Amino acid sequence: MKLRQIKEFIIEKLIFLSGILSILFVVLIFTFLLKEGFLFFKEISIKTFITGKYWYPISDPEQFGILPLILGSLIVTLGAIIVSVPLSIACAFYISEVAQGRIKDILKAGIEMLAAIPSVVLGFIGMTTLVPFLKNVFNLPTGLTALSGSIMLGLMAMPTIITISEDAINAVPKSYKEGALALGATRWQAMYRVIIHAALPGIIAASMLGIGRVIGETMAVMMITGNAAVIPTTFLQPVRTLTATIAAEMGETVHGSMHYYSLFAIGIILFVITFIINVTADMFLHRNKK
Amino acid sequence: MSKIIAKDLNLWYGAFHALKHIHLDFDERRITAIIGPSGCGKSTLLRVFNRMNDLVEGVRMKGEVLIDDKSILDGGFNDLVKLRKKVGMVFQRPNPFPLSVYENVIFGLKVHHLAKKNDFDAIVQESLESVLLWNDLKDKLRKNALGLSLEQKQRLCIARTIAVKPDIVLMDEPCSALDPQATLKIEELMQRLKKEYTIVIVTHNMQQAARVSDDTGFMLLGELIEFGKTVEIFTAPKDKRTEDYITGRYG
Repeated sequence: MKLRQIKEFIIEKLIFLSGILSILFVVLIFTFLLKEGFLFFKEISIKTFITGKYWYPISDPEQFGILPLILGSLIVTLGAIIVSVPLSIACAFYISEVAQGRIKDILKAGIEMLAAIPSVVLGFIGMTTLVPFLKNVFNLPTGLTALSGSIMLGLMAMPTIITISEDAINAVPKSYKEGALALGATRWQAMYRVIIHAALPGIIAASMLGIGRVIGETMAVMMITGNAAVIPTTFLQPVRTLTATIAAEMGETVHGSMHYYSLFAIGIILFVITFIINVTADMFLHRNKK
Repeated sequence: MSKIIAKDLNLWYGAFHALKHIHLDFDERRITAIIGPSGCGKSTLLRVFNRMNDLVEGVRMKGEVLIDDKSILDGGFNDLVKLRKKVGMVFQRPNPFPLSVYENVIFGLKVHHLAKKNDFDAIVQESLESVLLWNDLKDKLRKNALGLSLEQKQRLCIARTIAVKPDIVLMDEPCSALDPQATLKIEELMQRLKKEYTIVIVTHNMQQAARVSDDTGFMLLGELIEFGKTVEIFTAPKDKRTEDYITGRYG
């Protein structure tokens, strides 16, 4: 009897521990980031950090302005949204409303495969095919541009957006569709006049989660966007993103230098951005459930 | 005058023979009730008239169905949009769209390009008035229809259906989700609508069929056993099986 109680107690605590662990990790990571970044913000104000136009961390005097990096991340993300969101929504509608039997299965499997491709492989493929292609088409000095990054990242975001949008569309009661068809609507009219309205919160949440993935993505962008820390004006010029900066410079910096701490500060900014996106997505998902 | 005629209508879901050799002749501007135990095929029969069965995979139909003397099952017939404009449907569970009350009513008009934008207001008012919703909802036209009560939702669905001026309104157990009082109100509404529309109602509630309908058909296991004036079916059924069912000895 006693033994059984002890066993229960231990198992209960173990499960509790595993549950709490994920939160603990987030808190630990965040405190670590804050601690290292705080040392940086003691020297340089957040405002000059974010609005500074020049990123010369190892020149003399050094300048830590991440505006070009933020804009670089934003332009690549914006491009990725333009590439992936409409395509993904259309694809989700095709899978859940139009495709049947074999085609549906093949498509779903294909999308899972797309999600399974490591980003470094996508970056590599982009570097060898997309980059020279864009260079020729637009007659550019280099094909390593924001556009190439947008296209490859768009591809990466698609599986997330498609799967979650498809769930949202499938969750729309069949009676809406029946009602629309019974009123003489065509399948297409039923989709864009009724079903999309009902599925919209889920689709927005799906897009936000896809975007969250795009902003955090590092390897592929580093390989194909050119990494020039200048304020971007068009999609056809090289840009550098927040993530690529951390990844590229962390290995070369002196431990404990201002440069070293500045990379943590970038990490904090990135964390805040993705956090906001995830919370917004969550809000939409929950509104959908109500 | 005959509105809907079926001659030797058969329907299969895959290998299941759901409707067997159905012959019928429904008159216009009357309420025709189809009664029978669950699974007898009454909803299936109703969904033949606006071809909603087409949504079911593996469905097959044979025979002839005429609406206004025009066949709707012919190989050459494929204008489902026009058919469903002419033959409206109200479902068992009220299914307003997750849009505003206003948008719900004009949905069909938009789909069929039936009216100019300027006329929408008048049509919304007219449609809501004819289902006696106008006074309750005239200040809530922009509110989401999902916030209405069940009875209001069902009335709205009827308004939405008649906004496109159909000839025939099919009702698939339209009151089974409603309480008795709301049921009575919908039945009153049907009596009013009868003056302009041909109504076919499927119900498992025999009292309802007796109360509202002019003609009644009794179905059993995919067959139309008996069809005639409601009074006759309920007082002097010719077939033993009909008698058993309406006296409660069956199912």
